[in-house]
Amino acid sequence: MAGTAVLGRLTWQFGTLADVVQETPRVASLYFDLPEWQGHLAGQHVDVRLTAEDGYVAERSYSIASPPEDPRVALTVERLDDGEVSPYLVGELRLGDKVELRGPIGGFFVWRVGESRPLFLIGGGSGVVPLMAMLRHRERMRSNTPARLLYSSRTVTDIIYRAELDRLAAAGDGLEVYHTLTREKPDGWKGFTRRVDQAMMQEVAWPQEQMPAVYICGPTTFVEAAASLLVSMGYPPATIKTERFGATGGSG
Amino acid sequence: MTIDEMRLDGNAIGGLLREIFAIEMTSAVGTCAHCGAVNEMGRVQVYVHAPGTVVRCPSCEAVLMRVVRGRGRYWFDMTGVRTMEFGET
Amino acid sequence: MGFISRGFRGKRRDTASSSRVPPGQYVVTDWPVLSAGPTPRVNLDQWTFSIEGEIDEPKRWTWKDFTALPTENVTKDIHCVTKWSKLDTNWKGVSVDTLMDGVDTAAEFTTVFSDGGYTTNLTLDDITGGKAWVAYEFDGQPLHPEHGGPVRFLVPHLYFWKSAKWVRGIRLQKEEHPGFWESNGYHIRGDPWLEQRYWGD
Repeated sequence: MAGTAVLGRLTWQFGTLADVVQETPRVASLYFDLPEWQGHLAGQHVDVRLTAEDGYVAERSYSIASPPEDPRVALTVERLDDGEVSPYLVGELRLGDKVELRGPIGGFFVWRVGESRPLFLIGGGSGVVPLMAMLRHRERMRSNTPARLLYSSRTVTDIIYRAELDRLAAAGDGLEVYHTLTREKPDGWKGFTRRVDQAMMQEVAWPQEQMPAVYICGPTTFVEAAASLLVSMGYPPATIKTERFGATGGSG
Repeated sequence: MTIDEMRLDGNAIGGLLREIFAIEMTSAVGTCAHCGAVNEMGRVQVYVHAPGTVVRCPSCEAVLMRVVRGRGRYWFDMTGVRTMEFGET
Repeated sequence: MGFISRGFRGKRRDTASSSRVPPGQYVVTDWPVLSAGPTPRVNLDQWTFSIEGEIDEPKRWTWKDFTALPTENVTKDIHCVTKWSKLDTNWKGVSVDTLMDGVDTAAEFTTVFSDGGYTTNLTLDDITGGKAWVAYEFDGQPLHPEHGGPVRFLVPHLYFWKSAKWVRGIRLQKEEHPGFWESNGYHIRGDPWLEQRYWGD
């Protein structure tokens, strides 16, 4: 069983926004300096708390996009038009602003280099964020653990981390990246163009006999459909770990 | 947004459980008092859009836990979990 | 107060005080969906509403019987304990007074119960005398499952957790039995004007 380290009482800490990288038209990565940060594992998340002048408080959870090896904690946030917190984080927050963060949180949906089983990551929309932390951790540790990412996006311009994923996949260290688009079939596109289904899974997934460690993240309906597919194909449920983001694919 | 789409899993209450237990709990393993199913907390069904947080068994949907927060207090009912197993460290 | 997030306003909420808005509430124009569990799939062919417990002859209506009962159209403000209030909501339903017509009971308390196991407790006084309905239309349309359809309880003078979604009946009782939320921190009565949100309020 993964170690459930006693990390002490979880307290709110201040992160200062140090850098912003626009990933897609609606998605940005926010890099925070957190002087009290104690480190994290790939797959964990933080809670973010915002307080308005009249005392109104909103809290949301965001997966950590950066690997444990990086000094800054990065969150990748999709700006939702009718969201409450995301339009503030992506749009209003400026370099130098402080945000209250608490974490890292999560001992279930984590992956560390050192596991010998092949890694199978399945992400829908912004569900790719914690999976990216895992792949970045794998790269920093120069791991050759065979890994595959199946990543579902609406359109080409919605693919988060596209250039970095191309680079990681070209490194020849055992990582393969498969994309599928659900709302577009661009000319020259070499990936899939449909929702994840059994035929796609059979093409991409490690054979069940290889006992892959599976991580699925994204909107609730996406996660449950993908997990059900794998279970119906014979993958033991205990080897499939899931993290649901609710209806919007992010928490708003 | 349907209620099914809004349903989350135990990862979503990782922070809340850390507040209450003071240790990481999403990989703790609970036994459902109703049907006996054994699951890591990361796998349970979580409803956060409610007057409180309701945690349900992924096998039989019975209530495992209820958590209400207000006026600086928690009300925490875990009677739906027969036993919980978690590591010392 | 502690740290303020520069420039954060949160969703639009009208906190202007008004005689229609109980203390600590803000007005919304959408209708937030809250739920403690999965939406029950209700088969109207098998649906019944009953009044049982401390009653000589329990009453039961099928959907056909129920929708033949006289109804009322009411416009009410509703207040959720999570602090949102929605003003001028329009409902059509059967008054609990109609359902209780002719019922002789020594009970002072009730438990209102729903598909999926949800319960809430209410005094008989709080659900009679024109204060409560069993509603199946909202804004002139059949009540949506996410908001408690086909049928929900409506008792708008108390916090909205008492207006049980997917309602199936009323159990008349001589003793008070705290319901799903009342047994776990929420106030036994829940009057928004006295801000009775939690135990001890």
